[in-house]
Amino acid sequence: MTEVLLEARNIGKRFGGVQALKDVSLTIRRGEIYGLIGPNGAGKTTLFNVFTGLYPRDGGEVLFAGKPLSLESPHTVAAAGIARTFQNIRLFANMTARENVMVGRHVRTRAGVFGAILHTRAERAEEAAIRRRADELLHYVGIDDRADALARNLSYGDQRRLEIARALATDPQLLALDEPAAGMNATETAGLRQLIEGLRRDGLTVLLIEHDVKLVMGLCDRVAVLDYGEKIAEDVPEVVRKNPKVIEAYLGTSAH
Amino acid sequence: MGWSTRQKFGLACVALALVALPFVLAMAGTAWVRITNFAVLFVLLSLGLNIVVGFAGLLDLGYVAFFAVGAYVYALLASPHFGLHLPFWVILPIGAAVAGIAGAVLGAPTLRLRGDYLAIVTLGFGEIVRIFMNNLSAPVNVTNGPKGINRIDPFQVGPLNFSASDNFGGLTFSGPIKYYYFLLIVLLVVIVINRRLQDSRIGRAWVAIREDEIAAKAAGINTRNIKLLAFAMGASFGGVAGGMFAAIQGFVSPESFILNESIMILAMVVLGGMGNIWGVIAGAVLLSFMPELLRYTVEPAQKAMFGRMLVDPEVLRMLIFGLALVLTMRFRPAGLWPETRHKRELDADRK
Repeated sequence: MTEVLLEARNIGKRFGGVQALKDVSLTIRRGEIYGLIGPNGAGKTTLFNVFTGLYPRDGGEVLFAGKPLSLESPHTVAAAGIARTFQNIRLFANMTARENVMVGRHVRTRAGVFGAILHTRAERAEEAAIRRRADELLHYVGIDDRADALARNLSYGDQRRLEIARALATDPQLLALDEPAAGMNATETAGLRQLIEGLRRDGLTVLLIEHDVKLVMGLCDRVAVLDYGEKIAEDVPEVVRKNPKVIEAYLGTSAH
Repeated sequence: MGWSTRQKFGLACVALALVALPFVLAMAGTAWVRITNFAVLFVLLSLGLNIVVGFAGLLDLGYVAFFAVGAYVYALLASPHFGLHLPFWVILPIGAAVAGIAGAVLGAPTLRLRGDYLAIVTLGFGEIVRIFMNNLSAPVNVTNGPKGINRIDPFQVGPLNFSASDNFGGLTFSGPIKYYYFLLIVLLVVIVINRRLQDSRIGRAWVAIREDEIAAKAAGINTRNIKLLAFAMGASFGGVAGGMFAAIQGFVSPESFILNESIMILAMVVLGGMGNIWGVIAGAVLLSFMPELLRYTVEPAQKAMFGRMLVDPEVLRMLIFGLALVLTMRFRPAGLWPETRHKRELDADRK
């Protein structure tokens, strides 16, 4: 459990005059659930978008599985083995659930235009494998009965699950979930928690941004806290919970 | 594929009707066979544009440029202009390749653009290509400028010349009828290619980009390459259609490739049902036959009613055309025959 999977060093990001991230460094170990929390506007999603190549960073570097990670484009990050979901679910609304997951296999498959036009044996075999894998993943996240439904017609909780299935389809080493419990009711959150625990059991490393502090504290092996773009704590949940800086960030300064 | 007996029977009927069609039309006049040939050309163009607009969701208003590229490639390689007379089965693939490359080259600068902005830039590119053809007569005379290129070779298969008539078993195969059968074969191939692409890894990536580009990127799709591929594939279809257009006409000039043609092809795609191959085919057939039908009905109808011509058929044509588009968008916004996805969506909403 001590092998480092992702190491971020001095990540900086500035939007005009706003320093959204200031020298943020953190290490995520293989096989753990790593929580990232902080008050609104602390820079959680910004950090997330930098890690996944959506925003260019202004400074710092990221090592992933021991190698420098090229953050120039989201698809290279996906190819390197980091998959993500979005805070405001981004599915391919007019594709079926199965097709959504099949799109996730894109980065691990090869067939090109000519293979498709000629319908070669290799292309057919690959298509069948993509489909099989998609069905497995839909079953894994528990929505295989909705495989042929359009993504837009799934319930909110199922859409979240579908997004996770699509991310898993890219064979990630690190799964980054951006507020997966946002907008979920208690039952759905409990189901989500089971799903994430299952992912850890199956050896996946999870980076979790979450507002629901109870969920984070109960689920995560380690937690980092961001406040105004700076990391103010990084430790096991019990320690972070008692950290005065964290309490101050969440509750404000106590009166003197 | 699992076809039911009924489907097989239906398919056989359609095939038979398509084979018999030119002879039926020839009875009404060879002009109708020619009109049908142009309709098939437009079907090919619409299917090409459908890849770009329908699948990948990239609004392209300059598509006729690739039609022009294909036509000029054919004209230059099979006419007295350069004294080259290559056979058509050599030129058509070249035309497809050149148009495909042109598609990727013109697509590259537009990759960051979406929606209206993309439409404006592609519109500009379409015009640039036409103006280019118009002016490339000096210092070296490549395209012969606005005068166009004349006396383009017709197709020639062995002893079979596509510009002359032949008799087989008592039936007269005129030039247009031969082209019709050739176009039908090309159309069949293009439909098969379209369907296979649609159900492939690449086709899914196109639709994913249309649905949500950022999510597509995050799911590992190299959106730049996949978009360029859509431009190139769509353009190469246009190139093939252009080559056949040049051979059928025997003459090309920049005048044939004006913005109106791009808009017409786009209207066919949108009216028929973006993304659905059969809808697009229906839209193209409908819109290419409509003006001809009007031409033959409006004039006599007016003469019978008022004793003279009040409205020029050409004017009326645009009027009816616009009305048809407005009505379609009002009552069938997804097109006459929308993609099954949209239909499923509507069905699900109704439940």
